[in-house]
Amino acid sequence: MSPGTFLIMRHELLLIAAALSVLIAEIFWNPEKKKSISLFSIILFGVVTIIGFLPSPAGALFGGMYISSGARLLMKNILNIGVLLVFIQSVTWLKKEENVEKISEYFLLLISTVVGMNFMISAGHFLIFYIGIELATIPIAALAAYDRYRNKSAEAGIKLILSSALSSGILLYGLSMIYGTTGTLYFTEVTKLFGNNNLQILGFIFFFAGMAFKISIVPFHLWTADVYEGSPVNITSYLSVISKGAAVFILIIILFTVFPVIIATWQKTIFVTSILTMTIANLFAIRQQNLKRFLAFSSISQAGYILLGIIGGNQLGMASVIYYILVYIFSNLGAFGVVTAISNATGKENIDDYNGLYQTNPKLSLIMTLALFSLAGIPPVAGFFGKFFLFTAAAQKGYYLLVLIAVLNTIISLFYYLLVVKAMFIIKSENPIKKFRSDFPTRFALGICVAGIVITGFASIIFEAIRNLSFGV
Amino acid sequence: MINFSYTIWIPLLPFLMFILLGLAGHKLKPKLSGLLGTGGLGIITVLSYITAFKYFFTSEKVDGAYQKITALNFTWLQFTDKLHIDLGVLLDPISVMMLVVISTVSFMVHIYSLGYMKDEKGFERFFAFLSLFSFSMLGLVLATNIFQMYIFWELVGVSSFLLIGFYYQKPSAVRASKKAFIVTRFADLGFLIGILILSFNTKTFDFITLTNPAGSAIAQGGGIVFLGLSVMTWSMIFVFMGGVGKSAMFPFHIWLPDAMEGPTPVSALIHAATMVVAGVYLVARMFPIYALSAPVALNVVAWVGAFTSLFAAVIACTQTDIKRVLAYSTMSQIGYMMLALGVAGYGGHEGLGYMASMFHLFTHAMFKALLFLGAGAIIHAVHSNYMTEMGGLRKYLPVTHITFLIACLTIAGIPPLSGFFSKDEILAAAFHSNKLLFAIEYAVAGLTAFYMFRLYFSIFWGKDTQYHHTPQEAPATMTVPLIILAVGSVFSGIIPFNKLVTSDGKILESEIELMIAIPSVLIGLLGIGVAYIMYRKESAIPDRLAATFKYGYKWAYNKFYIDELYLFVTKKIIFRYISDPVAWFDRHIVDGTMNTIASVTQNFSFRIRAFQSGQLQKYAFVFITGAIMLAILFIYLWK
Repeated sequence: MSPGTFLIMRHELLLIAAALSVLIAEIFWNPEKKKSISLFSIILFGVVTIIGFLPSPAGALFGGMYISSGARLLMKNILNIGVLLVFIQSVTWLKKEENVEKISEYFLLLISTVVGMNFMISAGHFLIFYIGIELATIPIAALAAYDRYRNKSAEAGIKLILSSALSSGILLYGLSMIYGTTGTLYFTEVTKLFGNNNLQILGFIFFFAGMAFKISIVPFHLWTADVYEGSPVNITSYLSVISKGAAVFILIIILFTVFPVIIATWQKTIFVTSILTMTIANLFAIRQQNLKRFLAFSSISQAGYILLGIIGGNQLGMASVIYYILVYIFSNLGAFGVVTAISNATGKENIDDYNGLYQTNPKLSLIMTLALFSLAGIPPVAGFFGKFFLFTAAAQKGYYLLVLIAVLNTIISLFYYLLVVKAMFIIKSENPIKKFRSDFPTRFALGICVAGIVITGFASIIFEAIRNLSFGV
Repeated sequence: MINFSYTIWIPLLPFLMFILLGLAGHKLKPKLSGLLGTGGLGIITVLSYITAFKYFFTSEKVDGAYQKITALNFTWLQFTDKLHIDLGVLLDPISVMMLVVISTVSFMVHIYSLGYMKDEKGFERFFAFLSLFSFSMLGLVLATNIFQMYIFWELVGVSSFLLIGFYYQKPSAVRASKKAFIVTRFADLGFLIGILILSFNTKTFDFITLTNPAGSAIAQGGGIVFLGLSVMTWSMIFVFMGGVGKSAMFPFHIWLPDAMEGPTPVSALIHAATMVVAGVYLVARMFPIYALSAPVALNVVAWVGAFTSLFAAVIACTQTDIKRVLAYSTMSQIGYMMLALGVAGYGGHEGLGYMASMFHLFTHAMFKALLFLGAGAIIHAVHSNYMTEMGGLRKYLPVTHITFLIACLTIAGIPPLSGFFSKDEILAAAFHSNKLLFAIEYAVAGLTAFYMFRLYFSIFWGKDTQYHHTPQEAPATMTVPLIILAVGSVFSGIIPFNKLVTSDGKILESEIELMIAIPSVLIGLLGIGVAYIMYRKESAIPDRLAATFKYGYKWAYNKFYIDELYLFVTKKIIFRYISDPVAWFDRHIVDGTMNTIASVTQNFSFRIRAFQSGQLQKYAFVFITGAIMLAILFIYLWK
């Protein structure tokens, strides 16, 4: 094997190098200058992101344990963009006195999770996949407890680590059944040896449950609201966008390439869980007062819609899922960006606190509105096209009932998204949030989100490019 | 092949200008934003002229015919392999001609507005809207497919709405803007239906495919027959409905006179020279289909045009608000253009009407913009819209006077001014097609000369009115555009339209037919003569005539009560007998059902909250139960 072949692993190698650089910087950097580690890490990650877009050879390494292909590279690049946005949004928060000491920790751990996600997406073997998924989860639990003197944050950390241990256990149990019945963990060989016997289906269901936990699909979602509420806002947005996106990506790859034999089973599984997810998450979202909890349930319901793109097993479906994740990154990070900005400035996180926000901070209100409209799927913003493609993909395979339920659910979701808009624009308040001006990184990140929401909707080449890289069962 | 890809900047530049002025306009000095908008348009004018020159004189002809060139096209939304919506730039004789018209008039109006709108509140907003309008109008004429045209068609409607309602504190302006929007929007519904039928029938939106005389869209004929007319005919009639709305043809004309509430430069640009001819442009754009596949629809076009031109000319003779006279005159002249299209055929000498229509569109844009801008200068000087309050202004406003007179002579069809040539072609086309239509248009020519000179004499001659303060000639920013447009009105008649803009792109041999030209000049002179006798000096004749034909006069003065008819139909019939019951149904049945569903949802969501207890052991329990239930379901129950 020539050293050149390692280029196939360029994403992972660069990320590991970046993580190590942050570590070394932490060790040797002058303690007074700790604050600039933020800038250093962001620039580093920005470079990694840009290099990721350079054309890269596709192929397999380590006897097929590691696979790189156009679609997988695209997924990694999309995740990188999202991570970069989260990093930029975190700068203000990291400047706080109690956080300065831990800046490098934050970047080091998050970059490690990205490494995990990249390995997970490129997995060609269930072991690599499992290691990736653990690497992508455990550091997050540490970060959820980042504000360790705040009870809720500590609670979030412990809840995340315990429940993900449980889900990993189940996932591993499922994988062991697959190994037991096929004698291999290579994706390509599992596919060939997979039949329709009950033990294998049980194994698949347990595998699915483990993945469903990561994507927070009902009934495996219960940890989501508590963890989202307790964690620092930036970690919440990371969990809701990046972790979820990565898990969706690998789920769709595994379903399409490893389990095409039992497509009927997983289609039924997705049918049931997606209806449950959309409906129950929406019903919970209606009642939420805390914005982070509100966005938690909104993100669960979004996962339900995403399943609509997977269910058909068609190329359009995969394209629509990738496209939707891209749009969702911009929309959700836009919404979280506003929440972060306001939380940093005032510490307020409730919907009631946003009453009359338009009077004092019109720009933030408009961005929030745009992001929520995109999440709700109102034309002409990108979210509309995202949902449109997802629904088309499901309808193409004849899931009309599912699409109908999804449409009804978008109506419910419209109701609660508009509650926030109503609070900002219509309800008058005695003491609204004071007028304030956010700093440059926040405005920059929000600007990118707004541009993303608008441009991904209008530039059809983006969807076309994604579609060309996608594949069906 | 010449590279025309730079033409993308022609619509894009005003769009960028709109964004710039719209977002940052209030931070700039008003004067600077005005200059920016004007400068942008200046560049576009230059680009348009270059394009026109390159297209007409250097592009290759095939079989002696100008080709349609798709300078740029990209797919905007792909639904299926066949069904996609594109955005692009299409160059052919009429779109290039429209580029010249729009950019010239728009540029003149921009310069004029620098003077006219000075000291107005919202100066930069005005220029932002003007840029938006220019963008939409240019996008409309350059559209490569009918859907793109529809999108820009609506954008044009929006910018017209915004500009009519520019003085948004004036209730009448707000009313007028709403009226214009609703009426044209209603007509556009027909347009949309027409597009849908057409594209369903032909499986394409693309203009080149649609209008190729040998292409499948036309060759397959009319499609199935519905109510005695082919589907193609129906779709073309519906499409024409959109044109009727935007071009203020009868019966959707009621918004145009009210639209005069907008600033006068806007009236000149949008409601005289460019937007209102969009309907004519639409029919011209689809002309091969009309002519070859839907002749009945083309007949509808002819008769609607003829009727409107007569109808509006009669009303124009009775109005006293000078802008309204001009508005009705615009309707009448657009009626001419519609009629000319309606009597034309495809190719050869049959296509005379088509050429005449485009020719008249061009010359009309020049002289009507000139008339409106002149009217603006007069209103600026006198602070009144009513000709009854004017008179003897020739002494105070010499430049305006001369240019206005030129425009009046042009519209009256006096040779050798441009209006004579274009109108003569229209009359000739009508004469060879249908004698009754010819007779109507002949009468309208006389009426036109009469009402225009009624206006002219009342303003500049007539009684010597005492003014509060002496009227002053407008500043140079306003008079220079007047002079330029006057030059255009005089000389645009020599442009050889028969060589450049014809129905099939080939040269059309045509010459002035004295048998038609001489009588048309005579009736024009007659109209001027009558106006001279009645309005040159203060005289009692007009009042006596009005008294003699009391009812007829009153009828025409009140615009034949069409507005009242609409009000009656909408308020007394539609609102009372349809809307009220529907509203009741909506409030009680629809809302009631929805409210019930909503409260049930709320209730349910309240009941299931126990799931989210916050206790980790319960979460684990649900998790494992969920996994086991799924396993049981898919292994034993639903395999």
